[in-house]
Amino acid sequence: MRRGDTVVFGDAPAVTAWAAAGGKKESEGPLAGGFDTLFTDARLGEETWEMAERGLARSALETALRKARTGAGALDGVFAGDLQCQCTASAYLMRGVDAPFLGLYGACSTMTEALGLAACLVSAGHMRLAAACASSHFCAAERQYRTPLNYGGKRTPTAQWTVTGAGAMLVAPGKSVPKAPRIAAVTFGRVRDFAVRDITNMGAAMAPAACETLLRYFADTGEDPAAIDCVFTGDLGAVGSELLGQLLAREGLRLGPRADCGLLIYDRAEQDVQAGGSGAGCSACVLAAHILPRLAAGRLRRCLVVATGALMSQTTFLQGESIPGIAHLIELRAGAAQKEGSA
Amino acid sequence: MNFFWAFAVGGLLCVAGQLLIDLTAMTPARVLVTFVVAGVALSALGLYGPLADFAGAGATVPLLGFGHLLAQGAAEAVAERGLLGVLTGGLSSASAGIAASLAVGFVMALAGRSRDQN
Amino acid sequence: MKLNAEEYSALCKQASPRSPLARDCCWAFFVGGAICLAGEGLRVLYLRLGLSPEDAGALVSVTLVALSGAATAAGWYQKLASRAGAGTLVPITGFANAVVAPAIEFRSEGLVPGVGAKMFTIAGPVIVYGTLASAIWGALVWLTGAGG
Repeated sequence: MRRGDTVVFGDAPAVTAWAAAGGKKESEGPLAGGFDTLFTDARLGEETWEMAERGLARSALETALRKARTGAGALDGVFAGDLQCQCTASAYLMRGVDAPFLGLYGACSTMTEALGLAACLVSAGHMRLAAACASSHFCAAERQYRTPLNYGGKRTPTAQWTVTGAGAMLVAPGKSVPKAPRIAAVTFGRVRDFAVRDITNMGAAMAPAACETLLRYFADTGEDPAAIDCVFTGDLGAVGSELLGQLLAREGLRLGPRADCGLLIYDRAEQDVQAGGSGAGCSACVLAAHILPRLAAGRLRRCLVVATGALMSQTTFLQGESIPGIAHLIELRAGAAQKEGSA
Repeated sequence: MNFFWAFAVGGLLCVAGQLLIDLTAMTPARVLVTFVVAGVALSALGLYGPLADFAGAGATVPLLGFGHLLAQGAAEAVAERGLLGVLTGGLSSASAGIAASLAVGFVMALAGRSRDQN
Repeated sequence: MKLNAEEYSALCKQASPRSPLARDCCWAFFVGGAICLAGEGLRVLYLRLGLSPEDAGALVSVTLVALSGAATAAGWYQKLASRAGAGTLVPITGFANAVVAPAIEFRSEGLVPGVGAKMFTIAGPVIVYGTLASAIWGALVWLTGAGG
């Protein structure tokens, strides 16, 4: 059912299985225990960083399929995206996965964009099993967007560290798996650009989009913010999270607990990541390694995940354009069996 | 004493670069371009030569010294060869540093590998 | 959402932490100074070995470039630069790092379109504008010399 920009599912599709793969820095972070696979060699034995990222995505998708005791043949569609030019990490992943492929580019918002689209098509009965994946790799992103890895540069305190990781989730009709966490609603975001031009301060560029999407979700659904256990934004980092707090206060929207994927995945005091994590893999990993396990265990009942993306390119940045931000929201609820409080 | 001044002058020139990065919106690449052009200008004004005599490598190792070298080369070549020196002078004087960089770059591209920053 | 770009810019400025100026400058001073000190040591050594001042100066550059290239390939230069900032950027070792790092990085795109074409993506502008400025100065010298 559609209300404003929000799709509220009558028969909410379930997330039946999920997996996260990460690199070395992620293995040293606070969420390490939640990852299914951690690679201490950032190359994953590949020749290039691009293929290493493909390897992360493949690990996540294959693990998710294995957990669901199914194979790629059962997939009616794969919604996947990454940060590489022309979405190649996902395209090369799909070279080895024989299923219909829909490549997405939402920058760091890709995970919820993919999950939202998968939920819509599954809920409408067009697909019986869909996969949503997103990945990023610090080294592949660095050489494409910034400077060569061996180049000596100093990061500013507002910069964010691209997550080396991938997350994959399988979406199926809710009736088939009543215990699994479900996607209750999706709000696809609108582009918001408040003239931030600093490419080393992406949290600031994305915070208005996150605010806009949250305002629309609550306006569309009429939900009470107090009914939400936690709002996970991602990856606003320290600066963007602070700004989102100020923007929400100005709009008079009082949220309960709020957390940010970019702040959850690393320990900023111990790891040298400046304002926190970022990248398409950031919210993907936090979803699969932290949020979904907590929903499955009944430790979270209801939460919102608002993944945020900065939609500029190196070219538009050099041409002096400001950074358009986007944020896609999904509402997740714990499965039916957890209602009795079984642990 | 020469060593002390090399250290102090070199360090201060680097601090000037750091101030440009931190206090203005200048990217490191722009700082480098600014420094080399400033080196040419200071050399042309006759200011950089005395500094190089005084601080030695403290003035010649920073990129301003690269600009100084280019300017000196151009002026000397013009004196020797006339108008053609305008085009040959700068690059000839800097050729050792540039050729060394690209030779080292090529060798390291074959020998080295891109590394994760972890 | 009730917000305009000017208001937001003010909010951003407040929320964004600034670079720690004093600490950055300390790092730049000591690391940059140390690199120049090493250069001075080499220069004195080469002069003692009987080289002319011009040759000694050129050889100092070549030596520093080679050392920086090796440190870049080993990944040490980047690690030092992440703290030293302009201290590793401004000396000629920074120029060498800017040449060697893309050469290594884009090896995977081949010797000609990768190493050959990308080697000067960062350091190229220094040569372009440095040479242009020196040509302008040379022309001025020629004009004033010819005129007077």
